[in-house]
Amino acid sequence: MLKELCRKMFPRSLWVYHANSGGCNGCDIEVLNALTPWYDAERFGIKLVGSPRHADVMLCQGPAMRATEIALRRAYDAMPSPKLVFAIGSCAGGGGIWHDTYSVLGPVEKVVPVDYYIPGCPPRPEAIVFGVALVLGLVEKKVVDIHVKQDEFPIPRYHPEDLEEVDGTVKYTKSEVV
Amino acid sequence: MSLAAKIKEVLICLRAGRVTLPYPFEPATVPKAFRGRPIFDVERCVGCAGCANNCPAREILVEDVCQEVRILKYLGRRCTYCGRCADLCPENAITMSNEFETATDEISDVGQTLELFMGTCQRCGRCFTSPTPLEELKLKGYRIDDLMNERWVFRSKPFLNEEKTVDDIDIELD
Ligand code: SF4
Ligand code: SF4
Ligand code: SF4
Repeated sequence: MLKELCRKMFPRSLWVYHANSGGCNGCDIEVLNALTPWYDAERFGIKLVGSPRHADVMLCQGPAMRATEIALRRAYDAMPSPKLVFAIGSCAGGGGIWHDTYSVLGPVEKVVPVDYYIPGCPPRPEAIVFGVALVLGLVEKKVVDIHVKQDEFPIPRYHPEDLEEVDGTVKYTKSEVV
Repeated sequence: MSLAAKIKEVLICLRAGRVTLPYPFEPATVPKAFRGRPIFDVERCVGCAGCANNCPAREILVEDVCQEVRILKYLGRRCTYCGRCADLCPENAITMSNEFETATDEISDVGQTLELFMGTCQRCGRCFTSPTPLEELKLKGYRIDDLMNERWVFRSKPFLNEEKTVDDIDIELD
């Protein structure tokens, strides 16, 4: 549904604004990688712009931090509607490794509403291109929530094959001597 | 810029040719050593929670819903694909796949939840009584009190109650 809405609301080129709110630069490098001739995100109309006022999409890298929270929120407010937010990397999507330190508030969705997530630390440039293609409706989503159950004990509780009859009594041959 | 410099530039561009990869219209290959997201094998996992205890991102949460069932929840959202969990899993239940196409509009899509049977004592056939050795470690971080809210507790309890545990931390926001 969100994809349909995206196609209707963003029929032409998406201009992206690149907001790093405290990441380690790994994701920034990969985003720039996705814009190089090798991956060429510009063939999908992706263009990097310098001001949030020109942008349709905000690419968030890094977690929401105490120090950058206000700046991130203001950059989001400055973008004209309709707008999309991508959370790139495990910092933006879930807070990253330092998600429980004092200066990190957590994932960027605590500050701005996030529409698409691209997990990875950092995500491959292909993964970023895949995320863009997902928004444009070129590819299908490949992940789904997995919920699995065991239906039997992974380790047999008793080992009948190790039981042996010795002098009329049953003995466990592999029993450890304590 | 002189005309000669422009011609030189054109020549350099022509020599390089077209380098753009056809991705995403054709599948991309990854290097052999690439680590993608971990995949949990429910058949092999014994529920030791070693992965949860050693995950640097505290990405794997454990909840004992009753004495015989343990729920292992891999969130996926802040996983750094470091492979520590796969490295130390005694049963090799975790494989680092080469999947990287995990972009999604719903972050819960990248999660995996495992419902595990916990073994009982091989001699007496009964469950371990509380406090178990794991509880005695009082490890903070990997145990959750409430799966829905991902509330973390310092020590596990034999059963869950409605109100919040006293000294837990609210890390997730849902
Ligand atoms: S997700 Fe990883 S690479 Fe990206 S900013 Fe965070 S720590 Fe750096
Ligand atoms: S790969 Fe690393 S971060 Fe991801 S679940 Fe395993 S130990 Fe945690
Ligand atoms: S996945 Fe491996 S390390 Fe994690 S609880 Fe299961 S057996 Fe233990």
